[in-house]
Amino acid sequence: MTLTLPQQSKPPSLQPTGWLRYLSFSVDHKVIGLQYLVCGFAFYLIGGALAGAIRTELTSPVADFMPRDVYNQVLTLHGTVMIFLWIVPVVNGAFGNYLIPFYVGARDMAFPRLNAVAFWLIPPAGLLLITSYFITGAAQSGWTAYPPLSLTTPATGQIIWILSVLLLGGSSIFGGINFIATILKLRRPGLKLMQLPMYCWAMLGTSILVVLSTPVLAGTLILLSFDIVAHTGFFNPGMGGNVVVYQHLFWFYSHPAVYIMVLPAFGLVSEILPIHCRKPLFGYTTMVYSIMAIVVLGLVVWAHHMFTSGTPPWMRLFFTIATAFIAVPTGIKFFNWIATLWGGKISLNSAILFSCGFIVNFVLGGITGVALAQVPFDVHVHDTYFVVAHFHYIVYGGSVFVIFASVYHWFPKVTGRMLDENLGRFHFLLTFIGFNLCFAPQHWLGLNGMPRRVAEYDPQFAFVNQISSVGALLMALSTLPFLWNVIASARSGEIAGDNPWRALTPEWLTTSPPPVENWKGEPPLVTHPYGYGIPADQIDLKDASGSDLWSNGR
Amino acid sequence: MILVLGGLWIGQNINLLPVDASVNAPIYDELFRVLFSIGTILFVGIVGLVVFSLVRFRRKAGQIGDGIALEGNLPLEIFWTAVPAIVVLFVGLFSYDIYERMGGMVPLGHGGHGDSQATEERVWGGIGTAGAMQASSEMLVPPLPVEVTAMQFAFLFHYPEGDIISGELHVPSGRPISLKMEAKDVIHAFWVPEFRLKQDIIPGQPTLLNFTPTRPGRYPVVCAELCGPYHGGMRSTVVVESADDYDAWFQANRKLPVSEA
Amino acid sequence: MTSLSPQDQAVEIQEHHEESHPDHRMFGLATFLVADAMTFAGFFAAYLTFKAVNPLLPGAVYELELPLPTLNTILLLVSSATFHRAGVNLRRSDMQRCRRWLLLTAVLGLAFLVSQMVEYFTLPFGLTDNLYASTFYALTGFHGLHVTLGALMILIVWWQCRTPEGRVTADNHFPLEAAELYWHFVDGIWVVLFVILYLI
Repeated sequence: MTLTLPQQSKPPSLQPTGWLRYLSFSVDHKVIGLQYLVCGFAFYLIGGALAGAIRTELTSPVADFMPRDVYNQVLTLHGTVMIFLWIVPVVNGAFGNYLIPFYVGARDMAFPRLNAVAFWLIPPAGLLLITSYFITGAAQSGWTAYPPLSLTTPATGQIIWILSVLLLGGSSIFGGINFIATILKLRRPGLKLMQLPMYCWAMLGTSILVVLSTPVLAGTLILLSFDIVAHTGFFNPGMGGNVVVYQHLFWFYSHPAVYIMVLPAFGLVSEILPIHCRKPLFGYTTMVYSIMAIVVLGLVVWAHHMFTSGTPPWMRLFFTIATAFIAVPTGIKFFNWIATLWGGKISLNSAILFSCGFIVNFVLGGITGVALAQVPFDVHVHDTYFVVAHFHYIVYGGSVFVIFASVYHWFPKVTGRMLDENLGRFHFLLTFIGFNLCFAPQHWLGLNGMPRRVAEYDPQFAFVNQISSVGALLMALSTLPFLWNVIASARSGEIAGDNPWRALTPEWLTTSPPPVENWKGEPPLVTHPYGYGIPADQIDLKDASGSDLWSNGR
Repeated sequence: MILVLGGLWIGQNINLLPVDASVNAPIYDELFRVLFSIGTILFVGIVGLVVFSLVRFRRKAGQIGDGIALEGNLPLEIFWTAVPAIVVLFVGLFSYDIYERMGGMVPLGHGGHGDSQATEERVWGGIGTAGAMQASSEMLVPPLPVEVTAMQFAFLFHYPEGDIISGELHVPSGRPISLKMEAKDVIHAFWVPEFRLKQDIIPGQPTLLNFTPTRPGRYPVVCAELCGPYHGGMRSTVVVESADDYDAWFQANRKLPVSEA
Repeated sequence: MTSLSPQDQAVEIQEHHEESHPDHRMFGLATFLVADAMTFAGFFAAYLTFKAVNPLLPGAVYELELPLPTLNTILLLVSSATFHRAGVNLRRSDMQRCRRWLLLTAVLGLAFLVSQMVEYFTLPFGLTDNLYASTFYALTGFHGLHVTLGALMILIVWWQCRTPEGRVTADNHFPLEAAELYWHFVDGIWVVLFVILYLI
């Protein structure tokens, strides 16, 4: 490796060069991946500002910061932006497009042009959604858009919301088709499915969910728009319609949507942990099966969002059991990750810290999730701040922590430069404390009687809400060191070299940043993407500590 | 072991809930304590393992070696598949039992509305009468029917027995109450945190909610389903009072003579 | 991919890649049709639920006439067969016959649309009359949209294989096969729709 040193005097630069490519209709999968990431992060900042507005309003028990209808617009936009424009595009589109072709040993995605189309649906959809706030007033019925509320609130905002979500859903379906085709059909010869890195499996499962469930949401929203524009009565009880049918159809997509946000995060963590622990991923086969079990179960649990919607008892019972059992494959994954940590040589860098932060947060979110699956429990806390807390533990504590971990992990690959570790750890500390300060108290709020989506509340909850708002402020501040770190390091960070983590997955077996078409020459055939570690019979007994031997079963 | 005991202690002794004021609230609290204990044990255990691993197996300065190439362990995998499965199964059965005691599994439409069985209208969902039935079989009191109408942004309570329309729900302590709820415009929800009960009020689909209040006092009735700009302000009060106080209130407000059953 | 900076090597690899890249477009289309089928599945589920739990308002029950939809079913099924013949002839490089069968398929598709329009205008209910009427029009209308798109595709393919230099030839039958798969899919959906909407 020392032989290559002279070449590194030239600063690494992104391939292809030329900034215009990154702002235009490029069909290069790495360019598209970065477009997704940067665009998603911009929307994260917008969604975060909206969250800040909500937390500011909630520092006092009365609705004094903004008008009540504006508050409802803000909470609708916050939910829609964060889900459809930040987490879904980033964990799927950004990392998927960047990494999947590497992992299957391909030079690009199966359908590069479709890929570019899928990305370029997102910015117009997002801008449409945001501008609707300034021009006509945004939708006011929450990201769930339950009728008949969505039929009675101002129609223009609601229609723009539907249009924008349809565009984003289309983008998501196109992306899903592309991932399925790439993973199943574009593997380099000799690479078997069970040799793929775990993120491929996660993306395969996610894409199946996207292809099966997103169209149902699209159809539902088309019916809803008919109700608004053409005055049909699908979901209008005044015309004999049935509002609960909307909820069923909506949650048939929107529950899997949680797995669409979280499964890729599971995959990314499975990539990050082994590299920084210098150990193979524990239980590869069970990890694959548990992903597929989550996909299957994920499609049949939707009605647990509707335990108080007047669903019949047998339905409540079935969905309680199905939902509770989804905890089993999820639990398997968590135990496998802990077993991966166990006995490793763990570098305590930002990527590992964010990954472990994810494990801690998600376990809490999972436990409250199992509790929420129980009908009698849910009957009390449904639609309260308990659910808000649970949900944010899953998607922020889960997915967003993983997004940050992934940025720290893959930044050297993308730019060829290292991020500053001290700033990274500071960023982690601020985010972790801020996040828990913001959302942990909300469990108590929900249990004690504060419903969600309110601009005003009982004075007895003021103090806890203020704590929560302080946490939100910390979370907002925590993006500053991150932004500074990314911008400064991209310009003048320490040169990373091709493979700073000494990783074995295929994306590291090329230059950093990778060339156009990913490899000069043939793509490598990686049959053991997690082949780290010293084989048990080669441990130097003098160096090994007791616990090494013990965890090895001797 | 310490973990398990600690978890149980925390579950039993830390109370995060408001006061219980209905027959099913203590039942609910039982479930909550069990879930809280299990959750605490799991959470502390897993976080403990993560933190321990991070500290114990961290890379010390100067170390460059790898960990052990340990790729899996089938008995261990079976163990941690079976344990959550059993826990989940136990929790599921337990909560089913709780739910049955609360009356959730009673087929709706049967005995739903006390003696006024004339209601041909279909009831779409809600919490049935088992909890109330238990109480009423002890006390031999028919449930008190109340019709709830929800609209943007208020609840109206109508007592068919005395043709009283009230903005507050007055109920006698110890007598089963049967709410028949319908919404005028959008979806609302009737939630009394102290009763641990919530039911959506859906336009076009009447729902039922049965409960038996036990503890006199004034508790908030909260709308829990986003229903428009003033959703946060859509509140009412349920007044649980002794039978005598309730009678006094009832006599003072009634418009129809009650045909005594 | 015209490069701003000279990247001969990349271009070279790309050419190599183009030729070794097998064609996965049919697989992609099939996946898309699965997604499309799920949209219909959502509509069907909504229709069946409405029918099961929402009693119709008094006077809102309409009996549907069967002859016209049965004719429609036959039209579509025959058109599937004719499209298949067109594909067979294309693979035999018999462009003359291929075009003739394609045209026949398009005519059958358009006949279906006309017959559907006739049915719309003779029905005793309008889009917003009641829940049943709305669902009926949503389902058949969404399917009709698919038929319209399919008929357009057939005409485009027909146009493209008019000369030996056209885009669709015996060497490049993807456009025709894609349109064929789509057309069979639309027919299949119609059969399900016919059973659910008219027969049940």
